[in-house]
Amino acid sequence: MIAGISIYEILTVTSILFFIGIYGFITRKNLISVLISIELILNASVVNFVVINKYLYPDMLQGVIFSIFIIAVAAAETALAVSIIINLYRQISSVEVKDTEIMKY
Amino acid sequence: MNFSSFLLMRQEIILLTIILLLLVAEISISKSKKQSIVHLAIFLFGIHTIVGFLPIESGKLFGGMFHSNELVHFFKNVLNVGVFILLLQSADWLQEKVVDENKGTEFFILLFSSLLGMYFMISAGDFLMFYLGLELSTLPVAALAAFEVTKRISSEAGIKFILSAGLASGVSLFGISMLYATSGSIYFDDIITMISATNLTILGFVLFFAGLAFKISLVPFHFWTADVYEGAPISVASYLSVISKGAAVFILMILFFTVFKTLMHVWENIVYVIALATMFIGNLFAIRQQNMKRFLAFSSIAQAGFILLGLITGTQLGTATIIYFVMIYIFSNLAAFGVVQAISLKTGKENMNDYEGLYRTNPNLSLVMMLALFSLAGIPPVAGFFGKFFLFTAAASEGYYLLVFLAVVNVTISLYYYLLVVRAMFLRTSDQAIPYFKNKLYMRLGLLITVIGILVIGLYSPLYDYIFELSKNLN
Repeated sequence: MIAGISIYEILTVTSILFFIGIYGFITRKNLISVLISIELILNASVVNFVVINKYLYPDMLQGVIFSIFIIAVAAAETALAVSIIINLYRQISSVEVKDTEIMKY
Repeated sequence: MNFSSFLLMRQEIILLTIILLLLVAEISISKSKKQSIVHLAIFLFGIHTIVGFLPIESGKLFGGMFHSNELVHFFKNVLNVGVFILLLQSADWLQEKVVDENKGTEFFILLFSSLLGMYFMISAGDFLMFYLGLELSTLPVAALAAFEVTKRISSEAGIKFILSAGLASGVSLFGISMLYATSGSIYFDDIITMISATNLTILGFVLFFAGLAFKISLVPFHFWTADVYEGAPISVASYLSVISKGAAVFILMILFFTVFKTLMHVWENIVYVIALATMFIGNLFAIRQQNMKRFLAFSSIAQAGFILLGLITGTQLGTATIIYFVMIYIFSNLAAFGVVQAISLKTGKENMNDYEGLYRTNPNLSLVMMLALFSLAGIPPVAGFFGKFFLFTAAASEGYYLLVFLAVVNVTISLYYYLLVVRAMFLRTSDQAIPYFKNKLYMRLGLLITVIGILVIGLYSPLYDYIFELSKNLN
């Protein structure tokens, strides 16, 4: 709990973070930036869980535990995505989204 | 809590043991004998599949995070049989292409970890276990899709899958956090008592549903499907379209019929629209496909639309018909993918016009393909007809006449493109027809089991009665 800041302000911030992530996922031209946008979405959920736990249900730790697991899984996901991007870079020397379009429709 | 209660997660423990045994085998088997890893993995998984049919008690573990009952156990057995057939069908590919690059064990470990994730996802008793199972079942598949590291198309499939999956699970998590905010718990049992149709709950539910709809490739979330199927190795595409989709349908059904039962008036409308969109877009896009893998990808999207017809009812009849349909779908789709795999392995051809004149050179393979496509289309003597018929009956008995009518229109459209393949195989002749070849034992066994499944499941009615009896666990 932070004195002077209510749950509404924090949830507004996380919602904005979530939609920045969605926007970035759709508009970014670089695969790494797309990956960063996914991280933004996941971090918005992590903050959501912790805040809801702290402000609304402080007697149980479910939300905090959940957020720790999300962080761990997100790390695994990023590692896998980066390794696939590196493998792609070895073949086409590019990490641009427009270069991954040989399969369409 | 005593140790015997761990027997509830017997399937998970045995599968984990198999993964560890394969790791040990990878270290201890010398390089010249690596081929035997394939035999070992198939043998171990065969035993696991048979042991799985032994009855299991119902109960809960870890304070309700993990639960098991007869229905869940039956789901796991269906998935086991599917994966076993898939292993038989991909054994040749593994022995000829993969083991030489020293990657055989990797394939099995990734595949089995993904299956382990699906077990946990189906058995989940709270959202944390569900989320972990979902991720454990998704991440290894991304690695499998990018498995052929020297091919550009395979890496492209991998990156498309992992990025879309990441977005889907992120959106889904944001939804779960809202459900947590309104109900104060992540346990399904608590949520069932607390849930009510407030705005925040509905928003959370919709976001959560988007994540699962991605796994089943329902229409607004289907864009990854065709690309990933085309780029990934055929075994992996087959796994994605059959096992992964089946598991996601099972958990979606469990959640809709228990946790979100109170929100039924909300999700009815959502499922109605999505079912129609999925069927029409899947079928219409399938018509213009030339590549067999893309063709089967869009056909599997359309089949997912039919499954939603059972989901919309929310009754015991709906549950039973969904399980029955998914079983038949697993056998039919595995048969189709098996034939595509056999031909692609021997000749490298994957296009529909390469199949012209196949009946004259390879009559057995084209017969299997024909049965599979008839079953997918729903032509009477084979099992697919009964699956679709029961689904439509279930939806009609709840009064969704317009939806059933449009679904029947879709069956007609699908008949057109399934018969395009049959026409290419049987009626066309070609100078460059695929020459005769003989499959190895594993592939023939894999195709034989699927054919038996397609022919028998539809006619053997005690199976349906058994499934109907099991469905009581849910409603």
